[in-house]
Amino acid sequence: MSINRRKFFKAIGVTGMTVIGFTSSASPGSKDEDTEFHGVLYDSSICIGCQACEKACAKAHDLPVPEDELQAGVLRKTSEVQRCVVNSYETSQGEVYVRNQCMHCNEPACASACLTQAMYKTKEGPVIWREDKCMGCRYCMISCPFDVPKFDYNSINPKIQKCDMCYDRIVQGEKPVCVETCGDALFFGTRRELIAEARKRIAEWPEMYVDKIYGEAVAGGTGYLYLAPVPHTELGFNKQLQNSSYPSLTKSFLYSVPSVFVLVPTLLLGIHEATKSKQNKNENHD
Amino acid sequence: MTSPAYPVTNEKQNQSIWKFIFSELKPRGKWLTPFNVISIPIILAGLVLMVIRFTHGLGAVSNVTQEVPWGLWKGFNVVTGVAFAGGAYVLTFIVYILKVEKYHSIIRVTVLNGFLAYLFYAGALVLDLGKPWNIFNPLIGNSFGASSVLFLVAWHFVLYIFAQLIEFSPAIAEWLGTRRAHKILSGLTLGAVIFGITLSTLHQSGLGALFLMAKEKIHPLWYSEFIPLLFLISSVFAGLSMVILEGSISQKVFSNQLTDKNRQERKNIVHSLSKICAFGMFAYFFMHILVFVHGQHYDLLTTPMGYWYLLEMIGFVLVPMILYFYSYRNTNILLTKIAAVITILGIILNRLNVSIIAFRWDAATHYVPSWMEIVVSISIILIQIWIFRWVINRMPVLGNSPSWAKHN
Ligand code: SF4
Ligand code: SF4
Repeated sequence: MSINRRKFFKAIGVTGMTVIGFTSSASPGSKDEDTEFHGVLYDSSICIGCQACEKACAKAHDLPVPEDELQAGVLRKTSEVQRCVVNSYETSQGEVYVRNQCMHCNEPACASACLTQAMYKTKEGPVIWREDKCMGCRYCMISCPFDVPKFDYNSINPKIQKCDMCYDRIVQGEKPVCVETCGDALFFGTRRELIAEARKRIAEWPEMYVDKIYGEAVAGGTGYLYLAPVPHTELGFNKQLQNSSYPSLTKSFLYSVPSVFVLVPTLLLGIHEATKSKQNKNENHD
Repeated sequence: MTSPAYPVTNEKQNQSIWKFIFSELKPRGKWLTPFNVISIPIILAGLVLMVIRFTHGLGAVSNVTQEVPWGLWKGFNVVTGVAFAGGAYVLTFIVYILKVEKYHSIIRVTVLNGFLAYLFYAGALVLDLGKPWNIFNPLIGNSFGASSVLFLVAWHFVLYIFAQLIEFSPAIAEWLGTRRAHKILSGLTLGAVIFGITLSTLHQSGLGALFLMAKEKIHPLWYSEFIPLLFLISSVFAGLSMVILEGSISQKVFSNQLTDKNRQERKNIVHSLSKICAFGMFAYFFMHILVFVHGQHYDLLTTPMGYWYLLEMIGFVLVPMILYFYSYRNTNILLTKIAAVITILGIILNRLNVSIIAFRWDAATHYVPSWMEIVVSISIILIQIWIFRWVINRMPVLGNSPSWAKHN
């Protein structure tokens, strides 16, 4: 039922778009580009939970340096003053660390939600937030499946806080600060390189990893990729998330808009004319 | 083209119009009515809180959290309010497109209501924006987020406000007594109506589509890919129920403006509106059952959220639907009004459920609006009622148009 409806909407959507010539509502990030997006591979099996990346991140972005220590069972969260966190989980393989920050989705829900393109998927891969465009509507927060963007409610000129993969450094050919700080647990490269590297690690040390790269498929693929010694469901990841991209959920609606703009007025005008002539006729007969 | 009926020079005419407007700005009638006594302090408090919100940040007034970033102002004043303003597009469709003339007498007041409602929802939106000075970014300039549902909703909002202003403008022209403008503006009505209905179908459903990406965040009993359709269908009877309720209130408050003929007409209108509501709710209820069966969440019905869902579906959809059917069969106006009130409560419940209550129902910290948010929400509505009253008392909205405007 749902498939049929979607197909139907798509079909009339496409017709409508050709009629109006309106094609700009395509999703950000086209297919050939996303293979060359840059990203970061995070390896839970290597991470020692030292929080050096957290501290380096805070310093690099003028944020207060986090002082609280990791503790299994205590969930620390990113906030309006913290872009990344490392958490500790008690798992079937003992204590495992996980780092959380923006996933830099291939097809980011936040960017497709943003009505001013303040949230923006750059061609290099990072999803960045542009202050001069943002109007603070917080629709990006509603839409991000990972609950990443954080809003500064106590400021009169609030910012959206989230990891931008140190975009400024990347355009200058440098690595993100966290990757630079960390030993081996964080690895920077194009998404293709990262997946190859992850596969290699899994093949070389099968006892260290479960055979899955988190981020390869979830939410349509993400720029951050995760390797771990235990299934990701043990590490606080939301198991409900879908594997297809989130912007695709609104596509059928968006595609139907141009056709509604063509069909509904035509229909209304048609009915209007029909009722008018009917009325005239009635009057004549009277 | 010159108008021979008006030999006066433009300047002179303008002067007298300004004088006229100035005199109309003054309040009329008694001051110490119960409504004034209650509403004035609330509005004043609301205004103070709005100032605090802009000088100290959103967090000083509002309880919204990182998990539930949209609170009462968006969930109630915008998402819920727009549904109630749906009466305008439904009635303009019936009167101007289907030409069912018997509803003509309430069209102006409904359009006025819709227009003011949208204006004030836009206001609530600005209040809620973190960086309101960037509000024009999506409208002008280089920042078109065309893949955003909110972008479309924002545009449709703005355009629809203009469409409604045009639809209502003949009343303003009659009030000012400008015949030429009246003629031109009346000629624009049909275009504005067609445009307005199209925009309404899109943004009524668009408000639902806003939540499509929050797939895992909204409780499965409320999330479905059909939210846009459900929002659209429910806006029909939500809007009409508001028309019924608002009509019965203004009939009392502004009774001096109505003739006996008007009154009888209004009874008939309410009666036939109850039928449209009944069928609209039937379609809505049926859709909900389909969505529910499709979603296969039977096990969730016995959870607390499940009971909450059943309460909404049975108590606030099924019951008022039956009441509407029953009151139509028996021509029971009182029952129709009761059904309207229950329906309105049900729509409030539904929109709040989707946008706030069932949104991140599983979050560690729940969002509960602060009293300050509530005061601001209410004062926005009260200011709107004040302006509504001001207009009704001056322009030919409820009563009849001046005779010169009849045949336009
Ligand atoms: S994780 Fe959220 S904020 Fe980051 S890119 Fe994806 S949708 Fe955007
Ligand atoms: S809060 Fe800013 S970045 Fe987020 S969707 Fe709104 S305008 Fe875009």
